Amino acid sequence: MTQTANDAETDSGAEPEVLLDVRGLKVHFPIKSGIIFGRVTGYVYAVDGIDLKIRRGETYGLVGESGCGKSTFGRAVLQLEEPTAGEVHFAGKDLASMKGEELRKQRQHMQMVFQDPLGSLDPRQTVEQLLLEGMRAHGLTKNRDSRQRLIDLLEAVGLPRNALSKYPHEFSGGQRQRIGIARALAVDPELIVADEPVSALDVSVQAQVVNLMQDLQKEFGLTYLVIAHDLAVVRHMSDRIGVMYLGALVEESDADDLYGHPLHPYTRALMSAVPVPDPLVEDTREQILLQGDLPSPANPPTGCRFHTRCPWAQATLCDTERPELRELETVETSKGHRVACHYAEQILSGEIQRRT
Amino acid sequence: MTTTTSHASPPAASGSNQPLLEVEDLRVTFGGRKGPQFTAVDGISFSVAPGQTVGLVGESGCGKSVTSLAIMNLLPGRGNKVTGSVRFDGKELLTLGDAAMRDLRGADLAMIFQDPLSSLNPVVPLGVQVSEVLQRHRRMKKPAANKRSEELLGKVGIPDPTRRLNEYPHQLSGGMRQRALIAMALACEPRMLIADEPTTALDVTIQAQILALLKELVEESGTALMMITHDLGVVAGLCDEVNVLYGGRIVERAARHELFATPRHPYTGGLLASIPRLDLPRGGRLNPVKGSVADNIPWDEGCAFAPRCNSVIDVCTQKSPDLAPDEATSDRLLRCHNPLTTDASDSTQEA
Ligand SMILES: Nc1ncnc2c1ncn2[C@@H]1O[C@H](COP(=O)(O)OP(=O)(O)OP(=O)(O)O)[C@@H](O)[C@H]1O
Ligand SMILES: Nc1ncnc2c1ncn2[C@@H]1O[C@H](COP(=O)(O)OP(=O)(O)OP(=O)(O)O)[C@@H](O)[C@H]1O
Ligand code: SF4
Ligand SMILES: [Mg+2]
Ligand SMILES: [Mg+2]
Repeated sequence: MTQTANDAETDSGAEPEVLLDVRGLKVHFPIKSGIIFGRVTGYVYAVDGIDLKIRRGETYGLVGESGCGKSTFGRAVLQLEEPTAGEVHFAGKDLASMKGEELRKQRQHMQMVFQDPLGSLDPRQTVEQLLLEGMRAHGLTKNRDSRQRLIDLLEAVGLPRNALSKYPHEFSGGQRQRIGIARALAVDPELIVADEPVSALDVSVQAQVVNLMQDLQKEFGLTYLVIAHDLAVVRHMSDRIGVMYLGALVEESDADDLYGHPLHPYTRALMSAVPVPDPLVEDTREQILLQGDLPSPANPPTGCRFHTRCPWAQATLCDTERPELRELETVETSKGHRVACHYAEQILSGEIQRRT
Repeated sequence: MTTTTSHASPPAASGSNQPLLEVEDLRVTFGGRKGPQFTAVDGISFSVAPGQTVGLVGESGCGKSVTSLAIMNLLPGRGNKVTGSVRFDGKELLTLGDAAMRDLRGADLAMIFQDPLSSLNPVVPLGVQVSEVLQRHRRMKKPAANKRSEELLGKVGIPDPTRRLNEYPHQLSGGMRQRALIAMALACEPRMLIADEPTTALDVTIQAQILALLKELVEESGTALMMITHDLGVVAGLCDEVNVLYGGRIVERAARHELFATPRHPYTGGLLASIPRLDLPRGGRLNPVKGSVADNIPWDEGCAFAPRCNSVIDVCTQKSPDLAPDEATSDRLLRCHNPLTTDASDSTQEA
């Protein structure tokens, strides 16, 4: 759906502008022990060196298992979490170097939508108060007809006018998520970071919210960073996808190319594990079952972080050198398809086979 | 490890095998007396045979968990009324005494829940919990039970089981806990296992491990499995027969291939059309089911799904549809006045 926006841009010649440019982002949480002195005994390497770019008008999907650092990354992009290292450039400005009023002004352009709509909406505020709050904070209620704006917002997200005087608990899950989206839209943002926006919803309602987000993107020219663990939903919504494992990107590519040509062993395993609602596919689906669990981000494995579970891991390099995210020199993958695996070429050609 | 999901064993056609569990007209009503009454499970009937996997699917609040808790006799004693019949191996469970029910639950009939933490004792090491089950229900001596616990933990894919035996539930990840719970359920080699969203809280790579384990159990030991889930992908790979629930009632029942090839109930079709598929080309819009369960009308006034249904006709809001054999396909039960066409191409994903 976002394709139309992109096509239009490509037709006009120039590549769309990079809106968000993240460089070497790290967020390490200190682990403290000792009740009184709180001695730091280690760190949780929640986000440990991420580079990525998101172009204006596109949807970037971030997927990965629970605890791999997706939410922390999203929060750090919005400076809701202080980065340990790295830079976040938004529309050309480095957010990490901004403070106070300057940063607050920038926030208007970047909004967040959360997984649990009820948990993120103040239960004592009516929908009207919830929506006006953000608009007031950014001075958007002064010289505009704010009443009309509220009505427009409700209409945009598909809620009836009388919703304004109601409280969040009076709505169904899907409607609450619409309120969360309306609140983010209220301040005219350019970028929306949506953290598991449909995970808490029933499938029948999930599709309503996915469609709504796509419509709004087209209407308002929004740029999305969608964080989710459901690969099928992310693929449906996104132009580009980044796959995370233990605090870092292991693969990044166009949404179509990722399914067509997954290069990283973890991506392959992840995609082979997603059940498909079609018995004919399920009966023949080849699964790569991984052994064990995600290692702790407080004590990540050396070398390639996936080597402890990787069915293709080799005796050299994998457990000693951390592979960089790089583009392969092959014809099969599309431009901008990057992978962090020492042996990606040999795995792709079949030269290295999976242990079974 | 690699597996190709296969269904070598014939999809245990119900009827060919004497059912182990027979649920008939099960009804669970909450409230009453002073408060308003609410019928969470509204006359549900199905059966499960040894070696068969029967699925219960439907969205949040449609009565899946209440059905399983009623079968297991685990609903709180007060504030609810359970009627109908639940027979296990011919024995009526709804009128069985507490002690007899407890014996059955430990031995022949086991259940795994969505949240493994709530069903493990937090202050008892894992190994002791598994071992106690074996000592109590299989009358094993302690050393033998300990040895068997270790084997079981290894079998469900817990690495380093000797060390894990001494760990407490909070020291394990969600996937490990769920596997420990399955190990406990398997300890007594139950003839029937009820699994209520056993993988919903887990990552897909861990989910794949657990589902492979359940499949193996059914194929190798002939365990009867009742699988509760909201994930149609899980259903497609695992269940021989599928019951689609809506508002406390079964609206469609069919074997999995038939159900997915030609969904006949508009709700089943709506669910299938609203999920994006990883294996199909991208693009196009999803077709959501409109509204939410809050729009339902009571079943005795018509079809509860009518306000959300794209196939709704006048009779839908006048007369309650019965669950009856579907004439057009003659391979399923259906509760609908105006089912989708049997031409699969236009029943689900539209362009
Ligand atoms: N404030 C914090 N202090 C310490 N550790 C934290 C903090 N926030 C997150 N973590 C840890 O950082 C890691 C990454 O967490 P994060 O919430 O970003 O993961 P996620 O990918 O969003 O997972 P999920 O899919 O479960 O939401 C986890 O190990 C988590 O426990
Ligand atoms: N103890 C109870 N008292 C009153 N109502 C209850 C009780 N337990 C469940 N219910 C209601 O019964 C209905 C069915 O609940 P149930 O837990 O079976 O849903 P479910 O299909 O398992 O949903 P989910 O997918 O969210 O687990 C719900 O509307 C629920 O609110
Ligand atoms: S009975 Fe009517 S309202 Fe109910 S599902 Fe069938 S067509 Fe839709
Ligand atoms: Mg998260
Ligand atoms: Mg439930």
